[in-house]
This record gives sequence, structure tokens and C-alpha cells, in this order.
Amino acid sequence: MVNFLQHTFNGLVGGAFLALLALGLAVIFGMLRVVNFAHGAIYMLGAFGAYVLLTEVGLDFWWALLLMPLLLALFGIAVERLLVARLARLDPLYNFLLTFGLTLILQDAVKSRYGVQSSPYDAPALLSGTVDLGAFDFPAYRVFVLVVALAVCGAVWWLLTRTRIGMVVRAATERPELSTALGIDVGRWVTPVFGFGIGLAGLAGVLAAPIRAVNPLMGADLIIVVFAVVVIGGLGSIFGSVAAGFAIGLVQAWVQALGEHWALLSQVLVFLVMAGVLLWRPAGLFGREEAPA
Amino acid sequence: MRTKALSAVLCSTALLASACGGGGPQGASGAGGLSDGKVVFGVLNDQSGAYSQLSGKNSVSAVELAIEDYKTKYGDKAVVKEFGVESVDHQNKPDVANAKAAELYDRKAVDVILDVPTSSAALKVADVAKEKKKLYFNISAATTDLTGKACNKYTFHYAYDTYMLANGTGRNTTEQGKKNWYIVYPDYAFGQDMEKSFSAAVTDAGGTIVSRDAAPFPNTSGDFSTYLLKAPTLTPKPDVLGTMQAGAELVALVKQYNEFKLRDKGVGLAVGLMFLTDIHSLTPAALAGTTYTDAWYWNYDLVNREFADRFKKVTGARPTFAHAANYSAALQYLEAVQSAGTDGSDAVVAQLEGKTVSDVFLRNGKIRAEDHRVVHDAYLAQVKQPSEVTEDWDYVKILLTIPAEKAFRAPSPDCKLS
Repeated sequence: MVNFLQHTFNGLVGGAFLALLALGLAVIFGMLRVVNFAHGAIYMLGAFGAYVLLTEVGLDFWWALLLMPLLLALFGIAVERLLVARLARLDPLYNFLLTFGLTLILQDAVKSRYGVQSSPYDAPALLSGTVDLGAFDFPAYRVFVLVVALAVCGAVWWLLTRTRIGMVVRAATERPELSTALGIDVGRWVTPVFGFGIGLAGLAGVLAAPIRAVNPLMGADLIIVVFAVVVIGGLGSIFGSVAAGFAIGLVQAWVQALGEHWALLSQVLVFLVMAGVLLWRPAGLFGREEAPA
Repeated sequence: MRTKALSAVLCSTALLASACGGGGPQGASGAGGLSDGKVVFGVLNDQSGAYSQLSGKNSVSAVELAIEDYKTKYGDKAVVKEFGVESVDHQNKPDVANAKAAELYDRKAVDVILDVPTSSAALKVADVAKEKKKLYFNISAATTDLTGKACNKYTFHYAYDTYMLANGTGRNTTEQGKKNWYIVYPDYAFGQDMEKSFSAAVTDAGGTIVSRDAAPFPNTSGDFSTYLLKAPTLTPKPDVLGTMQAGAELVALVKQYNEFKLRDKGVGLAVGLMFLTDIHSLTPAALAGTTYTDAWYWNYDLVNREFADRFKKVTGARPTFAHAANYSAALQYLEAVQSAGTDGSDAVVAQLEGKTVSDVFLRNGKIRAEDHRVVHDAYLAQVKQPSEVTEDWDYVKILLTIPAEKAFRAPSPDCKLS
């Protein structure tokens, strides 16, 4: 039982990363109808940025946690203004290709400067111990990751459901044309939302730096899983992406804990679930069929 | 089968005999001389992915150092006057490796292929070498199949293999009293092979495998926490966690091993395969005390150090054992061509087989004629405590030398060379 609780808790931590990344993808897709392939590369930049801040500027983890999401959000805003906005009127495929190209450029730029070997990065001293959770001990840093992810997801939920900005964004996400027709300036919110989504990926990257291998390819593998998570939750569904992120994290942890030959299943599981969900509910668990244009 | 029979018939006719010989397409294998008037090395390895630091472009630099040394040694008497080095990225994909190897031999006039990390890719290249009757020194792949059921007349396995790693680390750690093992391995050819070799070595030394887990490969999330949570809860509690992960996955696993404080919980760490570049990226602090088997270490003695200094001048980094082995393989190939007076494959193979050699990389080295395993001394190494590290890249102390005849397995009955 204690083991089960441990693995459950651990699954939630794994899910926290998926949820943060999926949340960013979902808000971007909802507002812009852009499938942002560069999300994994931004996650990588978040982690690498933390490493560079530490080694070349001398700023520690806490500064990185504050600065990297902001810097990357600004980067996102620049990308949206300079590149994404120009292709907005064309087939969404063009923006998908744009972000795919951006991914390759970012990855190779980091690769050519720092190589593919993983760079060292430690958890802050304050969080390097373990926390007594009653039934078991758990690394303090992982508890911190879970708390941050839950807080961020909660804050986004509050922002979207309880504030005027949130109302506008939700309206624009669900019925862009209708919202415009009602006099809501949707265009005004496109750029900040894009930047915000990118900032979330950067935050996930900084959080990952102390416990995962920091290298230029760290986002490339993960992004495919995150896409599957977003599809399971329902493209553009904010609640769905977060819920699916945590759910997939949980299920993966449980299956992996079963024993030697379950590894393969835990890896393909997310895609099996995706295929199942698509057959059963093509719009995803919490998604809504697009209104016919 | 049918084509083989057909070509045999064709070859038996005297007219066509010269076109069917053992050598290159230009029929250079016969009386002497060099095909195309020069020797071309093909360095086929990972130049952008997980193994590009431990071999990659720096392997090319190592080969160039060997060419330099050959020129200096033989001067005017050198049989080989002109050299070429082709380097290709196989992206760790077997199909790419297969196509690129054929292209190197056929169209780039490559006489010998070197390096080729990733076991699955390495085995494909062995097939190509056999088919084209061209030499192939595998350096960076670990599978014992290269000198087992996949062995052939033109393939040599140079630096290390899973048996060497498992025997060195598994046996010695168990004999030191850490008898209960929990093994975590990546679920693909290399990992499965490593797990088998380690289990055999540990059991043979009187130890027990308490449990084993296959981790997904590639591990998309980069997370191994499930296994690290599980380790201390097993009964009996394992004395040592044996990880067979490599490259970035090893980095992630060790980080998380430290995070979950397994050393404090009495579960030690043994690493199946580790390169100097891994320690550099994890920092010695993260790995302090970890034991593993090394095929060569740059600061072992003055000879190694001198080579490492030259290497650093060119590349900016210290050489891994794979770099040193690439240097050595290129040098021994040139020596064999020098003795044979030709780069015809069969003549060079005849020079190499059974030869005892010593150079920077090969200590008490011997190129076994039976299976083309190149045997040499190996080392049980331990990562230093951070306080003991006084020089950049000097992260390891050598605990003991495993003599060449004990470091590698006996020739396998699965290997039939001709």
C-alpha cells in the first residue's frame, strides 16, 4: 500500500511536467489555432537557460525560475509578432511548419554551442533533502515541482474563470468569429497568450533542469508525448490538457512499477490511450467539436 | 543462395577470375600496391546525437593523429603516401548505417571503416564489410555478437564489449561483498545484452539478482524515479543498483539516484558503461565512489598522458577510451598495410590475425585469429571524491588492472570466420 502511494505520488510529479507543457500548448492552440511544435525546444531552452545563467552569469536556480519564463515569454512575443502573425491567415499547416523549423534551428544552435553531452545542474540546496509525507519520505525537490505545477494550473484556472481577461480569452478560444462580431478585440490578446504559453514551457524546463538530463534534445522526445496528452484532453481544452497530463503521468508510473516487461507498454500506453480516445470521442475527452465554419 | 552459386560458376571461369577476387572493386588485392593509390579511412559514427561526444567528430581527429604518427615513423619508406578520411553521421540508425557503409566502400573508395557506436548499427555494418570484403574495425559498439554469431573475416572488434564490462564491474563488485543486485537496463539490444552479461557475472561470483527492470528506450520523459523508489523496498534489500543506461539516460538516472538518496539508504551504484565525457557532464561529485570498468584511461601513465595532451591540443577535450581506440585501430591498420605492402583486404587480414601488439591504447594487446576479438588490459575504475580532483578531466582512479586474458571472454563457438 505504501509502495502504491509512493508510485502514485511520483506519477503526479511526472504528470506535473506533462500538464505544464500541455497547458501551454492548449492555450496557444485555443487562441491562435497554431500547433506549436517548438514547445519542446522552448522547454529545452528553459533548462539550458538555467544552466547558462548559473555558469555564465552566476544566478542560481531561484533567479532562473523567475527570469527564464519571463525571458522566454518575451522571446515568444517576438516570434509571434515577427513570424507567426504573418502566417496566421494561411492554412494552419504553415505555422506548424514554421514552428517545426524553429525547433530545428533552436536545437542545433544550442548543440553547436554546448554539444549534445548533458550539462550538470543541481537542485538548490534548500530543496536537496527529503520531506516526510507521513507514510513515506520523498525528495523535497519533487514535492516542490508538484506544488508549483498545481499552483500554476490553479492560477490559470482562476484567471480564466474568474477574471474579465479570462472571459475574453475563453470566448475567443471557443468562438473566435462570434467574439469578434460582438465587438471583443480578440487580436489584442493573441500575442500575450502566445507569450504566456511559451513562458509556461520555459517554466517546465527550469523545473526539469535539476532532475533530468539537460541537453539540446531533451525536449525533442518529450514533445511527442505532450502532443498525445493534448489530443487526449481535447485540442484547445485547457482543463482537459491539465487533467490528461496528470492522468498520463499517473498511469505511466503505475504501469512501470508493475515489473520487468511492462516498460514497453508504459511507453506506448499514451499513444494507445490517444488512439482509443480518438475513436471514442474524436474531439478528445474534454474537447468540443469545432463549430462548422 | 542462387546468386552465390551463380557467381561461383562465373568466377571459376578463368577469364573472369580477376574480377571476383577478395580485394576491392579495382582488383587491388593481388600482387601489391594500393587501391586508388591511397588509403581512405571511413569514420562512421554518431555526430549529432547521444554518442557524438564520446566518439563523434573527435574520433576523426584521433584517426588523423594516427596518420601523422605513421608518416613520422616511416618517412620515405612509407608504403602509404596518400591518405583520406571520410566521416559520416549514421544517426545511430541501423538502416542509415547500412546504406552509408555501402556508400563509403563503393563510392568513396574507403578501405577500412572505423568506430560505429550503437550495437544494432554496428551489426549491420559487419554484414556490409563481409559482403564487400572490406575491413571494419568496430570501436564504440558493445555487443559480443560482433565476435559471436555475427563475426566475419573482415570485422575486428577493437575496444570493449559487454562481457568485458560485466565481468569487470559485476564480478569485482560482487566479490567485494555487494552480493545482492537490482539491475535496471534500457530495453533494446545493448541493454538486454548487458543485463544478461551482468547477471551471469554476478551469479558466477556468488551474488544474487534480487530484481531486474527493463526501462523504456528511448525514455521520452527522462525519468527513472519508479525504479529508484522501488529499489529500497525490495526484499532482500539490494546492496547495489546496477544501471545499464548510457549517455544522457545515465546522466538522468544518476541525478535521480542522488535525489532519492539511495546511497544513504544503503544501495550503492554500479554503472555498466560509462565514458569520461559522462563523468564530465555529471560532475565527479554526482558520481563519487561509483565503480565501472574502463578500457583505457588518459591519465593512467605518461604514455597515455602524452597522447591525451596532443589530443587536447586539437580538440580541446581529453580523449575517451573510444578516441584512443580509434587512434590505435587506424595506426595498426596502417602498420599492417606497411607490412603487407598492399591494402588488399585479405593480405591485411593475414597480417593482423594473431598479432601481438602494444601501443598507447593496447596494453598486452593481441588480435585473436579465432574470432577477431582484440584483447588487451582493462581497468576497474572508481570516480574520485570531489576533494581528490585536482585537474580538469582527471576524475578517476584505477583500482586494479584486469589482465588481457581475463578481461575478455574465450572465443565463442558461435563464431565461424570463413
